[in-house]
Amino acid sequence: MEAGMYRAVSGGRIALQRRQYSASCREFSVRCPRLQLRSLSAATCSVWLAAYGLFVLSQNSMVLSAAIFITLIGLIVYLHFVKIDQESLLVIGSLGIQMTSSYASGKENTTFIEMSQVKDVVINEAIYMQKVIYYLCILLQDPREPHGVSEVVPLFQSSKPRLDCLVEVYRSCQEILEQRKTSDFTRTLN
Amino acid sequence: MVLKVFFPSCCATAESGLLIGRWIPEQNSAVVLAVVHFPFIPGQVKQYLSEVQRVTQINMCVLGSWSNSKQEKEGVLDKFLEDLSTIFSHEPWIQLSKERDSKFWSCCIFQKYPSSPKEDEFILVYYDQRKVMLSQLHPTDSLTTSADHEGNDASKLGAVFDTVAKSKVLFMTDRYDDGPIKLTHWQSEGVEASIIVELMKQASVPVCMLLTFLLSLVSSVCKSRVMKFWPLSFIWSKLSTCEQLGHRLEHLQIISSNRKAQNQTQLMRKANIFVSLFIDMALGILLMSWLYRENRIGQLADTLIPVADHIAKELQDLLQWLMGVPAGLKMNRALDQVLGRFFLYHIHLWISYIHLMSPFIEMILWYVGLSACLGLTVALSILSDIIALLTFHIYCFYVYGARLYCLKIYGLSSLWRLFRGKKWNVLRQRVDSCSYDLDQLFIGTLLFTILLFLLPTAALYYLVFTLLRLLVVVVQGLIHLLVDLIDSLPLYSVILRLCRSYRLAASVKFRVLEQKPGKPLRLLMQINPLSYGSVVQTYRLTTYACYPKDSWSSLCKKLFVGELIYPWKHKGEKQD
Repeated sequence: MEAGMYRAVSGGRIALQRRQYSASCREFSVRCPRLQLRSLSAATCSVWLAAYGLFVLSQNSMVLSAAIFITLIGLIVYLHFVKIDQESLLVIGSLGIQMTSSYASGKENTTFIEMSQVKDVVINEAIYMQKVIYYLCILLQDPREPHGVSEVVPLFQSSKPRLDCLVEVYRSCQEILEQRKTSDFTRTLN
Repeated sequence: MVLKVFFPSCCATAESGLLIGRWIPEQNSAVVLAVVHFPFIPGQVKQYLSEVQRVTQINMCVLGSWSNSKQEKEGVLDKFLEDLSTIFSHEPWIQLSKERDSKFWSCCIFQKYPSSPKEDEFILVYYDQRKVMLSQLHPTDSLTTSADHEGNDASKLGAVFDTVAKSKVLFMTDRYDDGPIKLTHWQSEGVEASIIVELMKQASVPVCMLLTFLLSLVSSVCKSRVMKFWPLSFIWSKLSTCEQLGHRLEHLQIISSNRKAQNQTQLMRKANIFVSLFIDMALGILLMSWLYRENRIGQLADTLIPVADHIAKELQDLLQWLMGVPAGLKMNRALDQVLGRFFLYHIHLWISYIHLMSPFIEMILWYVGLSACLGLTVALSILSDIIALLTFHIYCFYVYGARLYCLKIYGLSSLWRLFRGKKWNVLRQRVDSCSYDLDQLFIGTLLFTILLFLLPTAALYYLVFTLLRLLVVVVQGLIHLLVDLIDSLPLYSVILRLCRSYRLAASVKFRVLEQKPGKPLRLLMQINPLSYGSVVQTYRLTTYACYPKDSWSSLCKKLFVGELIYPWKHKGEKQD
């Protein structure tokens, strides 16, 4: 198991963990920057100051309870639906590729793509506002039509690692995909 | 080449024996379905397998051997297992073995004709047999369009799920059965069955037959008489209650038909319709019990006449306002008075008609309210129809105003063309120039001026009544939307997703179990259920929904020109 510290596109620190389970099975986990206590308390304080200001103006205590309610609900929604803690990619040669995103509340969202649908794993570049960012993506193909790209699935969307981290992941994935190509070749020979 | 073995997690503690299942050569994977225990007679095992193969249409065979060495008879067992590979010849012969107190298994294969010289890699995938058997895989759109499922099953997971689902008959024997073969699978401790389900299955046959008979009677009555007489068929098509009743009748016919559901989709559809009808009727009966308590019907009937009177009074005030100086605009006195008096007389007729009906209102409402037991959707449709009937005079005014305005607009556009010396060529559907006589031009210009100066008055009446009509249409539309929602929501599927989420599978997810170098890779396959949005989208029931047919731009154009608009027109055809 290997780990390394890299930077995301936004500048935050992210950690990449690589595990090799067997010759054709590898897992890459990218850990996003955690929720900072600073930003959480800043948001809470601003909401409550605004609520207190409204209370002073209107003298209605419902405003304060509403503010508490909104803060709680907002925090729960943010942790459960928005804040992604870790994104991992599990590549099992001859079975498929699995992407998991785990949220801060513990919820996990998994997508599995079978190997017959995977055409290739590439690094694409995109122009976003004034920046050029690189992202790793899986090219999908229709199994009946091996020469067209039917869909592009981007990986590591929330953590957005920079090119150096992506290159590591790309090299490892390509090693496994190469094995698939050689095994396909030997199978067609026989 | 990587060899994948799908092993049921219930057999992990089974005694040593033979592995039976299906071998999928194109994917180099073996799906193990059960373990046959010693002692057995090879001939009987082969016979049993051929019987099961005939029933389930799966290519079942002996895949290899399984040894769970709790005892210390290792040497003898190994030789015995090798001999077995000569009896049940299968390419490749898989040997799985598990040591005592060890989590890690070892796996080796014997091949008569080794295809590749290099060492093979194994992947062991554990799966929950019961869940995989009961679940239904919903592949994404790109794979569903394949017509030839049996031929080249491009989806590996589809093949695995298919194999386990079809081999249901294999799981019907448990280890307490006195047969020549002892199996271990997920039901080997005892076949599961539910008394309630069996009783309901037995009871449902006569109930279905009775229901089919009643429904055929009702539908024959509907088809025979209604189509003959013109007023009845006209009313039938206009009232939304009748449409809703017809819709529900069709649903009942689908449920009570004797044919079993061919595939999973039809079964889910039937179940959804049944749950939807049940909830509908339950809500309807609840509504009925609330309405009939404390004489609410009487109260409703008592408030209905004053409400109708109030609406009429408001309309009269509105017309008086229009006949005066509405919003500071100066109207053409004569036309204003004519139109205003005409509409006022209309309202007077309507009010006297309502007062004529008033003694019977309570009785009518009482009997109509009884029909709420047929379902909440029927009650809502009746409400929508009552609103339509009560605001019939607004509809009439809208039609009069629209026709007048439309006539003016067409007249103006035609005379404008005359003013410029052009004419509309009906044959060529275009505007051509034309030379008019002097008297034609004179009359035309005169009429044009008259129509132009009378336009604001007619336009104002049209505007006011169109707005009122649109208000009523929006209210009716909301009610129809609610009815549609109750009709089309697949409640059974949503509840299934909530309670037994493994039955609706979108895909699978793998978890890597503890590894040891040198031992094969172990993965746990779990079912990834569909999201609620895709459940609703996949299993939505078809409805007779009437969404706005016109886009906003064509609607505005029609309003401007004065064409009559029917935004919620039922066309009688199904829309998903």
